[in-house]
Amino acid sequence: MIENWAPSDMPICCAVGCAREVGAQLVSLGVNRYILAYDDEGSLRRKVPKMAYTVKGETGDWEVVVGLEVHAQISSQSKLFSGASARFGAEPNENVSLVDAAMPGMLPVLNAECVKQGVRTGLALNSKVNKRSVFARKNYFYADLPQGYQISQYEEPIIGEGEIEIDLEGGETKNIGIERLHLEQDAGKSLHDQSPTKSFIDLNRSGVALMEIVSKPDMRSPDEAAAYVSKLRSILRYIGSCDGNMAEGSMRADVNVSVRKPGEPFGTRAELKNINSIRFVRQAVEIEAKRQIKLIEGGGTVDQETRLFDPNKGETRSMRSKEDAHDYRYFPDPDLLPLELNDAYIEDCKATLPELPDAKKHRFIDDYGLSPYDASVLVAERETAHFYEKAAKASGDPKAAANWISVELFGRLNKSGVALVDSPISAEQIGALIGLIKDGTISGKIAKDVFDEMFQSSKDPGAIVEEKGLKQITDTGAIEAIVDTLIAENQKQVAAYRDGKTGLLGWFVGQVMKQTQGKANPGVVNQLLRSKLDT
Amino acid sequence: MSLSKDDVKKVAHLARIHVAEDRLDGLAGELNQIIGWVEQLSEVDTDGVEPMTSAIAHDLRWREDAVTDGAQPDKVLANGPATELGFYVVPKVVE
Repeated sequence: MIENWAPSDMPICCAVGCAREVGAQLVSLGVNRYILAYDDEGSLRRKVPKMAYTVKGETGDWEVVVGLEVHAQISSQSKLFSGASARFGAEPNENVSLVDAAMPGMLPVLNAECVKQGVRTGLALNSKVNKRSVFARKNYFYADLPQGYQISQYEEPIIGEGEIEIDLEGGETKNIGIERLHLEQDAGKSLHDQSPTKSFIDLNRSGVALMEIVSKPDMRSPDEAAAYVSKLRSILRYIGSCDGNMAEGSMRADVNVSVRKPGEPFGTRAELKNINSIRFVRQAVEIEAKRQIKLIEGGGTVDQETRLFDPNKGETRSMRSKEDAHDYRYFPDPDLLPLELNDAYIEDCKATLPELPDAKKHRFIDDYGLSPYDASVLVAERETAHFYEKAAKASGDPKAAANWISVELFGRLNKSGVALVDSPISAEQIGALIGLIKDGTISGKIAKDVFDEMFQSSKDPGAIVEEKGLKQITDTGAIEAIVDTLIAENQKQVAAYRDGKTGLLGWFVGQVMKQTQGKANPGVVNQLLRSKLDT
Repeated sequence: MSLSKDDVKKVAHLARIHVAEDRLDGLAGELNQIIGWVEQLSEVDTDGVEPMTSAIAHDLRWREDAVTDGAQPDKVLANGPATELGFYVVPKVVE
């Protein structure tokens, strides 16, 4: 089924981008010049000069410039200006009031929750809240827009400039500027494949509240664009202003891409509409940049236009069919007075914000000694961060807890397609397992077997160790007996070792482990073997 | 400011109002008269005067977030020239 979230030949949301002259205000904010590399312990090991992302063309290297407009559906019960349900997935035209269907005489009344979520989101994006904003009509003609205009905000949006931090490979970060956030109505949905000559219109989405979040053109690679969308999604989900479900369309991105030779002014950009996954954002930037470079190097010029990204064909295509499509004739909506907010209201909104991903990340780094990379993985989802903190506290070893969760648990969850909320292993159990390693009850190697069993049965690690007799042998006498026998039975290896083939120590350790089913304390085994072999 | 015949044609098209070719000149004249009449306002000195957005000194009304409407597809579709399976049916809008 072909579904159009927005009209295909009359984009509903590019006017803001069009109004913002490209190149007028490039703000490069605190870009790191180095990739910081960390070792397993999370300590800073080296600084590697950062390689800027470039695309090789026939005439040299090209830089990619990306800005994003993200549409995020506000998590509200009812629509922005009507009392119809904003729920996804109802029967066609079920969630439609006469306001949404634009019947004559119907008037919009603003939903308080949508204002609150807009302000909370603005604050979470470290952006300026405008105490006065104005709803404007953006006029265009399309079948799934019964009013003939979308109520949006134009010159005076509810949220102004700010910036957020994005997480890149190797724990590197970069600040990306936010241009604005405004409130607007979603359009209806057109189905084009029900009939060869007709389009079917469902107005359930018509009037649902959206936040359009516009970034500055601060991103320079496909990865940065993807990291920006990830971080935005993470923030929205933390504060609960949007569920961030890209597959259902509650969050989708318009990606503006242009290319230039490093140091030159911005090139002409093309806008890729309605991209609905983070992976596709990355692909779309890559493919569109290559197209533009080939075009320019072949003597052509990039048109400022709207394009469609086709992930199946791996290409972008022009969507423009009417030249006058962009004449939106904005004017203030006479049905709505200006939206006025006071300091007390903004403070109240601020007080409802939870600890945000970046604050949490920095706290995890400072308090738990995690590497920036581990911290950014663990804070991406609020539930994960919560799970981690429980495990860290129960274990008394936050770094070990981070490893067990991000490597062992996530690995198994991903493999079996289970979400963290349904994890068969609880945070407390991970804490208990780490406790067993720390107090010498089991070795790290045995712990992995115990973890597998925990993942299968959800049993406590202590019970599994007890049941299967996995307790580490720390009784030096027992281990010594095994070591003595081993040395007596393998004189050839002993001689080779004493002749300088000290690498054979590993073989001896392995033999002891084999005989004890891995339960011998590796420290004790090493120590005993050394003392006996080296004399 | 004045509107040309082509401006009128474009505005009519954007609003999806059909205007016959032979009426465009007349309409341009009428619209220009209206614009000229309104433009008299620019003679007034408005320096330092806040733009007025409404005749009523009132705050924008907000409503609580609750589902109070909808669940009436029959009423919503009642005036549609063509409907099918609960949808409005319109001429195909993509190529």
